Parts: sequence; structure tokens; C-alpha cells
Amino acid sequence: MIAKVTEAHEAPEISSESEESIVKKRRVVVPGEIIVSGEDYLPSEGTRREGMNILASRFGLAEESGRVVKVIPVTGTFIPRKNNVVIGRVTNITFNGWVVDIDSASSGFLPIDESPRFINKNEMDQFLAIGEVVAAKIWSINTRGIDLTLKSKGLGKLEGGFTFRIIPNRVPRVIGREGSMIMLIKEKTGCDITVGQNGWIWIKGQNLDDQIRARKAIEFVAEKFHVEGLTDKMEEWFEKN
Amino acid sequence: MALKREDGRKASDLRPMQAKVGVVPNADGSAIFTFGDTIAIAAVYGPKQLHPQHMQDPSTGILRCNYDLLSFSVSDRKKPGPSRRSQELSKMTQWALEPALDLEGFPNTVIDVEVQIIQADAGTRTAGINAAALALAHAGVPMRNLVCAVAIGKLDKDIVVDLDKSEEDFEGGEGPTDFPVAKLANTDQYTLLQLDGKIQPERVKEVLSFADESCAKIYEIQKKALKEALGE
Amino acid sequence: MCQDLRNSEESIKGGFGRMSTMDTSNLTIETLRQMFEQGKRFDGRSLKDYRPITVEHNVSNKAEGSTRVRIGKTEVLAGVKLQVGAPYPDSKDKGNLMVSGDLLPLASPRFESGPPGFNAIELPRLVDRAIRESGMIDFKKLVITGEKVWTVIIDVFPINDDGNLIDAATIAASVALKDATFPGLDKDNNVDYHIKTQNKLPLSKETFPVSISFYKLGSSLFLDPTREEEEAAEARITFGISLWNGQNMINSCQKRGAKPLSRAEVESMMPILLEKQIYLNEKLKKFL
Repeated sequence: MIAKVTEAHEAPEISSESEESIVKKRRVVVPGEIIVSGEDYLPSEGTRREGMNILASRFGLAEESGRVVKVIPVTGTFIPRKNNVVIGRVTNITFNGWVVDIDSASSGFLPIDESPRFINKNEMDQFLAIGEVVAAKIWSINTRGIDLTLKSKGLGKLEGGFTFRIIPNRVPRVIGREGSMIMLIKEKTGCDITVGQNGWIWIKGQNLDDQIRARKAIEFVAEKFHVEGLTDKMEEWFEKN
Repeated sequence: MALKREDGRKASDLRPMQAKVGVVPNADGSAIFTFGDTIAIAAVYGPKQLHPQHMQDPSTGILRCNYDLLSFSVSDRKKPGPSRRSQELSKMTQWALEPALDLEGFPNTVIDVEVQIIQADAGTRTAGINAAALALAHAGVPMRNLVCAVAIGKLDKDIVVDLDKSEEDFEGGEGPTDFPVAKLANTDQYTLLQLDGKIQPERVKEVLSFADESCAKIYEIQKKALKEALGE
Repeated sequence: MCQDLRNSEESIKGGFGRMSTMDTSNLTIETLRQMFEQGKRFDGRSLKDYRPITVEHNVSNKAEGSTRVRIGKTEVLAGVKLQVGAPYPDSKDKGNLMVSGDLLPLASPRFESGPPGFNAIELPRLVDRAIRESGMIDFKKLVITGEKVWTVIIDVFPINDDGNLIDAATIAASVALKDATFPGLDKDNNVDYHIKTQNKLPLSKETFPVSISFYKLGSSLFLDPTREEEEAAEARITFGISLWNGQNMINSCQKRGAKPLSRAEVESMMPILLEKQIYLNEKLKKFL
């Protein structure tokens, strides 16, 4: 089963080029810095109100969209959210499911009932063995941990290719507006690519050179995340690389 | 001021400061901060899973700090590994930073802050706290504010900021006093207060005024370092 | 000097800098194996190429000599401290060498605090043997009086581990030794660190020990791995090598990992070892 996940893109995206006309220019803010003053403004993610002021409560790019003010994070670890698609590695098999390392503060658990077809309890490791890699979706976060499912299009065991990691908060940029960036990279390299919200990315192509090129392209985007007109820059990059 | 500082600084002059984030690519956040010849480096890992499980707090994430001197950062080589001094300063560092953080969104997790002094010339704990605050911000950890730290000193009767090693070894009169302070930037909340030496209780408010003025300067350096990291 | 220290080539904007604690997946290991078979690497190097190497001097001014070495994104600090002590009873006519250090949790999410694990013990030991056996230090000239000799202590600390720490640490240690100067002595022959001298350590002019580590995955041998490549490797062998009396000599060697190395593999390493020894010495010349 080869997953072709293009729906793995539920995270709030960094609004891209075309929106910039209605959005004021983003600027870098540090925690505690006043972003705007005025009672009209609404503090959103990464901000808080103190009196008249909206303050940044984390480091990142402040953005005003109408009256709504938020800080877009650009660094940091993966914070799991419901419906995130993640790429993880099976680390253990229990009597009723698989423990999956999803590179976050708590590991994921994939119950046997959440596999896409019936799995006999004696044959769990034939479906997914320790060390194997899956694309899964977070369907619940509770005090016990993070529950995963494979019951959705494009999820399942990943075969062939390789995985690597970028800073999770750069994922929206790699995906681009309505998937435009990742589509471009797939088109130019001919690779299957699954982007996990946890920053783990799986690439599989026709040959090694295509795969290497796809990784380089994604790392280029992750590094140039704050550059404007990135899609054009990416087109240029492909002409040179 | 009766006393002339050896390096020509005025009482309220800090040593030259430098700061930069992203110096440990492996870490979630990292920074270097210098006061003159004192160089501190800090790396932040997390929020991540906390082991053993019984140490976990279901209501909030936990901050864990480790401060130490590289063995060759001081004249008399320090044996690698924690000493009583480094264990105390690790805790001081943790308490200095904790009030700035908002970790309720990360129950059962830990954030590790690792501070190492590469070169020591007095003021290592305060340089370490400045580096650590930067590294935490760089790691995208939710924070109310940055934390700024400075050692205020008193040499005989004169209050001066940011003692260097030769000033720490000052002799005569009321002797040297070392008064390291950290505060939440842009507030009147102090998060580190330590003192060794001799000072009249009525002079403490003078020390705090010097600390406030110094921290405002440190804050600007920290802010600039973070903004430069994203090309601003 | 602070300026040097901060002139990092590292991209602070690096979108893929941070290393994960998630183990390298079987898929990635298999892809790397195929890539190595075709002589390919993700960063475009050939299998025997080193990443760019830079050296900075006097990065910690309380040390008698100190250096920062970067190989790609791997960074290691080494510092030399000189102490006066007693000679070992069985070698009263010689000074002492001690190499120590630690894998600081600062440098990698994989390094944990607490008692040193095998990797933390192995790193300084390998550096120690590469230097000690090379003949770089003339231990007899470290004697001060009959009862007092110099002890040379080298500490190595990784600041960022992106693979190949041993090769980086040996370079850092060797350069720090070259840079080191004796502190002064008082009238009782005790160290006074406030007195600096211009006197260098008694070192051989020609001998500059380096470590060269070969890594093996499948049937491929490669040098200077990134962390990802290092984690995929099935075996490693580290050689300490240096020039002595006009000849290149292997001074130390240690194989690591349960995978054996064939006779053909070991023999194939020898010409590469010589070539890389000359390459590293040539590259590092401008920093000495």
C-alpha cells in the first residue's frame, strides 16, 4: 500500500502571496512585545491582551488580518492537534495495537480497530512490524496519550523511499496555499510525497536522483520560509537544480 | 564615584554584549550571550516526554535547567560533571526563568535548558540566564516576556554594574559585593536575587535602579538577536 | 575573539537543523544503502569527501590553548589545561597526558545527563590514543624537577553533533596542543595562572595527529558521516594517523559495532587513509 496523501494539510497555513494585499506586512516579534494598541483588535493565536495592547506571547511573525492579530510560529516542536496527519515509526506492539513514535512529547497509539481492514491479533506484526513507518491521522488527544487511525484516504504503512524531518512549523510553507508548493515539487520531481504535520516527510520516486532532488527542494522551502514570492523562487530553483 | 574602574567604564556601563540565536542547530532553540569576556551558550530541548513518569505534572509542563562551566573555562580546571555550585546555580536559573513561561498547554512534559559557560570572567550565571531566555524564545516556547539578568556590584561604597573578574577580586574598604539580579523584561518583577558581600539595607533600592537600567539595555540586545534570526 | 566565535557559517534560519529523537527509519537506512552503492549522498559529496572544516583559535582564554572545530554542522570545542603534579611512579622521567570530556546534553537530544555512557567514555579515549601514541608530545621535556612534572589535560566537548565527532575532536585537540603555552611558575614551582608565557609545549614539528573514521553500511565504506548517515552505519573503524620521522604511521585503531570488516575492506582503507591524512594536514595548515 502506498499512501498518496495530499489531504494532509489541515494546519492553519501561512497565508501566501496573493493574500498579502489585504494583510499587513508580517513582522518579527519577541515574547512580551506590543504588536498593536487599541480595543478593536482581537487577540488570536500566539498573542494576549493587556489593557489596550495586544502582546506577542511567543516568538514568530506577527500578522494583522483585519482586526485579528496573531503570531505565526516559525520554530518549536510539534504540538499535536486532532486530525493532523503525522508520520511515525512503530516502536512496540501491544495486545490491542501499535505504539507509534510521532516525534512529539507523547507517543501515539494505533488501536487494532483503527487499521483499515480486519487484522488478526496473532498477525499484527505482519501488518505493521516494529521499525516500520506509517502515515496516520490523530483522531483523539486525551490524558492517556494520542490515538491514531489509518481509516482515511492515503493513510497506512509507507513502503520504499525514505523519511526525513523539517521544523514542524515550516510544514504549512512546504505545502503552500491549497497545496500549491507541494504540488509543484511533486510535479517537478515525479515523486510521491507525504508531508506529516509533525515535520516528518516521506518521499518515494522513480529513482534515487529524483528523491534526492525532492528532499533538497523541500529543505530549500523550509529554510527560505520567510521569503516572499517563494513559489517563483522555487520555480527558479528547479531551473538551476 | 570615588573609584575608577580599571577598564574605564562608568558605574552604569555594562561590558560589551553580544547575542546570537541558532548556534546549536540540533536544539529546538539555542543562543549565545556574552558580557565582555564571559561567554555563555544555551540550548533548549522540548517540550518533550518526561521520564520517569512519576515526575510528570498533569497540570503543566516542567522546566529543567542545567548550568555548568566547561572544565577549561576557568583558571583552575573544573572537573567535568555537576558540583555543588553548579547545582545551586542550575536551580537559580530555573527559578529565574520559570515565571516567564506559560507551560499549561504542555501537561506531563519537560523543557530542558542546557547552559554551558565557555569562558568565565564573572557574571556567568547572569550571562547564562540571558542566553537561556533567548534560547527558550527561539524554541517557540510560550512566554509572557523575556528575562534579563545582570550582576550589580558594590566596590567599597560605589555601586557599579556588571562586575568583571578583577573587580570581583577587589580589596579594601567595604570590599566587593556581588548582587546578581534577573527580572521579567518590561515589568518590576525580579526572578533572581542573590547577594554576597556587604551592603546597607537602605542602598538596595539603588542597586535595583541600576539593575532596571541595565536590564533595559540587555533586553534591546536580546530583541535584536531574535529579530536578526529572521532577517529583520 | 568573541566576534570569531559568532562568525558561524551555520544557517540560523535552517529549516532542517534540529535533529529528532525519532530513530532513523528502516526506509531511510535502505535508501542510504542504495545511494552509497551508487556513490551518492544527500549533500552531493562523494563517499570519501569531508564536509568543509573550519578552525578557530583561543575560544576560551582561561585555557592554555583552546580551539573550536567545525566539520559541516558538527562542532567540537577542545581546551588544554596545564597542571603541575607528581610523575607516575613507573615513569618518573616523564610528564603526563589526560584526555577527558563529556557528551553534553546541550549538543544533541540523544545525549543525556548522568553517568557517562559508552560513547562518552570512548570519545576522549580515542583522542587520547591518537595523540599519545603519535609521539607528538615529548613527555620527557615535561619534567620540571625530580618530583614535579607537567600534566597536560585536554578536554573535548561537542557543541553540536551532526556526526563524526571523533575526527572533529582529534583535530580540535591537536590544534589546541599546538596553540597552548605554559603558564608561569612561582618560586616553589607551583602554577601561577596569572602569569602567561610565550613558551609552547614540547611538540614534534612534523607530527600532527588526526583521526580518520571509516563507516560501513551494506558493502559501502564512507567517511565523515552526517548524523543521519552515522545512525544508519553498521560498523565503524577509527584510525589515528600522523607523520613520524618522515613516514605516515597509524598510531591507533578501534573497530566499533558487531558487523565484521573483511580483509579486502581493511586493505582498501590503507591508500585512502594515506590520502586523507595528507588532505587533512594540508587543509589544516592554514589554521596552524
